[in-house]
Amino acid sequence: MSNSIIKPQKGISRRSVLQAMGATAGAGLALQAMPGFVRYSQAGTSEPVKIGLQLHRTGIGASYGRWYERVTAAAVKVINDGGGINGRPVEVIIEDDGTDPKRGAEVVEKFATQHKVDVAYGTLFSHVVIGSAPRAGELKMPYVVVSEGHHVASGKLNRYVFQPGITDVRSQVIAMAPWISKNLGKKVTMIFPDFAFGHDHRDYFSEAIKAQGGEVAGLIAIPPTESSFTRYLPQISSSTEVLYHVMVGPAVLTFVKELGQFFGSTRPQIFGFIDSLEAVDLATPQLEFLEGTYFWEGNPRYAQKDQTEYDKFYREMVGVDANGASASDPKDISTYSHMFGCWESLFAIKQAMEASGYEGQTPKDKQGFIEAMEAIQKFDEGREHPQGDKIFNGKNHQCYGHQNISKVTGGRLELVHRTAIEDGLYEVSADYTKMSL
Amino acid sequence: MDLGPFLLLATLEGLLQAAVLTLTALGLSLVFGVMRIVNVAHGEFYMLGAVIAWWTASLLSSNPAAGFFLALVISPLLVGAIAYACERLILKRLEYDPEATIVATIGMLYVIQQTVLIAYGPDARPVEAPFYFRVQFPWFGYSGYNLFVIAAAIALLGICWYILTKTRLGLIMRATQFDRETAQAFGIPVGKVYGYVFAAGAMLAAIAAVLIVPIRQAHYLMGLDPLLLSFIVVIIGGLGSLRGTVIAALIIGLSDGVISVFFSPTLAKMISTLLVALVLVFKPEGLFGARAR
Repeated sequence: MSNSIIKPQKGISRRSVLQAMGATAGAGLALQAMPGFVRYSQAGTSEPVKIGLQLHRTGIGASYGRWYERVTAAAVKVINDGGGINGRPVEVIIEDDGTDPKRGAEVVEKFATQHKVDVAYGTLFSHVVIGSAPRAGELKMPYVVVSEGHHVASGKLNRYVFQPGITDVRSQVIAMAPWISKNLGKKVTMIFPDFAFGHDHRDYFSEAIKAQGGEVAGLIAIPPTESSFTRYLPQISSSTEVLYHVMVGPAVLTFVKELGQFFGSTRPQIFGFIDSLEAVDLATPQLEFLEGTYFWEGNPRYAQKDQTEYDKFYREMVGVDANGASASDPKDISTYSHMFGCWESLFAIKQAMEASGYEGQTPKDKQGFIEAMEAIQKFDEGREHPQGDKIFNGKNHQCYGHQNISKVTGGRLELVHRTAIEDGLYEVSADYTKMSL
Repeated sequence: MDLGPFLLLATLEGLLQAAVLTLTALGLSLVFGVMRIVNVAHGEFYMLGAVIAWWTASLLSSNPAAGFFLALVISPLLVGAIAYACERLILKRLEYDPEATIVATIGMLYVIQQTVLIAYGPDARPVEAPFYFRVQFPWFGYSGYNLFVIAAAIALLGICWYILTKTRLGLIMRATQFDRETAQAFGIPVGKVYGYVFAAGAMLAAIAAVLIVPIRQAHYLMGLDPLLLSFIVVIIGGLGSLRGTVIAALIIGLSDGVISVFFSPTLAKMISTLLVALVLVFKPEGLFGARAR
């Protein structure tokens, strides 16, 4: 399934040029006879920059996919309304990867050979990123992911893979561990999905909480396709002070409900990653149990009292109301904590393409694009980066930014702490710039 | 947690699993027993049941109980009608050839799954339980609705057992199963019976799905797990044996519950698969199955 939903709105589109030329020539027939001539005459001016959106349209990542698509459409509209990239409009081509690593690699290949895109972008689930990234490297296709796992930052992937729009799990958890140990408790039981993303939490949060003088009382790994969780809950030892949960996929609501049934009012402190409830309405019955628990949020779902004008603008463009739901359907809850990564990644692509004077798909242009991206050192907070300012490390292709801790208060998520960028920094060992292009 | 409460939770989880599994597997077993058809699309009828339940419940979202009980009526009826149509339009034309029907039901699996994906979308959607109360044991809490599901499944099984063994309908079905040609000679409309049995099998799966959907949510990929587990149950219990299906579902459900709680759900799946292998090696007709005549 492939389609191109986003067409350039303004500026000189290829179609309008074709029509104009057709009129001048006096016959559409002439155009069909020499299409090569037309394309050649327009190269470098109005030929669109093609961005391939590798989308979890189906499979367990579908609710993220729905919003990644909307955010992409909104960001591209803003970019095109502002004159595009290097004067060229942006066109997005979508391929569904079914949240499946094997199909992910096929999608990357399709982007390179069939659609001939300039950049592939958008992937979220870490197993899909890890499955697709090697193929992107082989095809020398810049691949900008909007994931969270530590896979890009760890140096596991290759020089063509970037994560400029969202922080990695390792950075997120070390930024928050001090707050958790200070405010909630030091004995932590972790519940996490049993694959790459969950393992990042297991490894780096365990490390971070120990560094705070805390200890991990239990590690409960749950297969990503699991649909019932009560059977895992007895593994939570009674000495647990803090229950740390991070879950993904369609069953997350079930997970939180069963957690509530199991504990009732006698729960330990609970700290969750909002991944467990992205796209889920906090007003869903039985989620009252979460009242008073804490969540990590990449970007606060509910508009806060001190909402920035950039968040306001971004919310409006993406069509999300102050409660984090679709402006047209209050029941359609966004994946607000992650999807800003799409917006910011597209502006990072724009920035790198403009810095390198990217013109087309020549090896020289691609090399220039990658080196320009690696040369970026920071992103300022603004319309392009509404979640906040970030620093970018060209060596491991990863950005570092602020994290938010929110408390469920009266059925809303209220921000209680925002970490500094420095809180999420760790010693970077990877260096992609040493890899050849 | 001490051993006692641990075991209690494991038993409750196991019974819930067994309850739903019995209904689903019974549908599969019934279809195989009477029609000698391995219905690979069985899990998709289950999924369809859950999705239709969501759709019905969302029509009456103001009152969860009314929505749920309406779904409990409408969903099996619609799924039954779809299954009946599939049987008349596809399986009948294949003259119930064993290989052809397997391929045909695999085809049905994909058609149903993809149609639901297109029409309903890829998201998991919850159906609100008709009532909500939490049973507080001294060590943990458990959903009262889960207990209701167990009770409902037992009641439904009783009804199935009564129909199959005590009514004329059951007699006709058993006669058809026992000897198709003789049954036909005695004036039993075998073709029609096949159509109804196939629909009934799908309806049992749909009922199981409606019961489970307030616990697990409706999702277009949810049919795979119950299909595999139903096959496991039906193979262990003996194809076509009602008693075997119920006992095997209890064994698999309870062992799954206990092993999952005490060790890990993955180990539980491994053990049930091993059990299937052992049954196939030592008693290929299943624990309670009749030898092929």
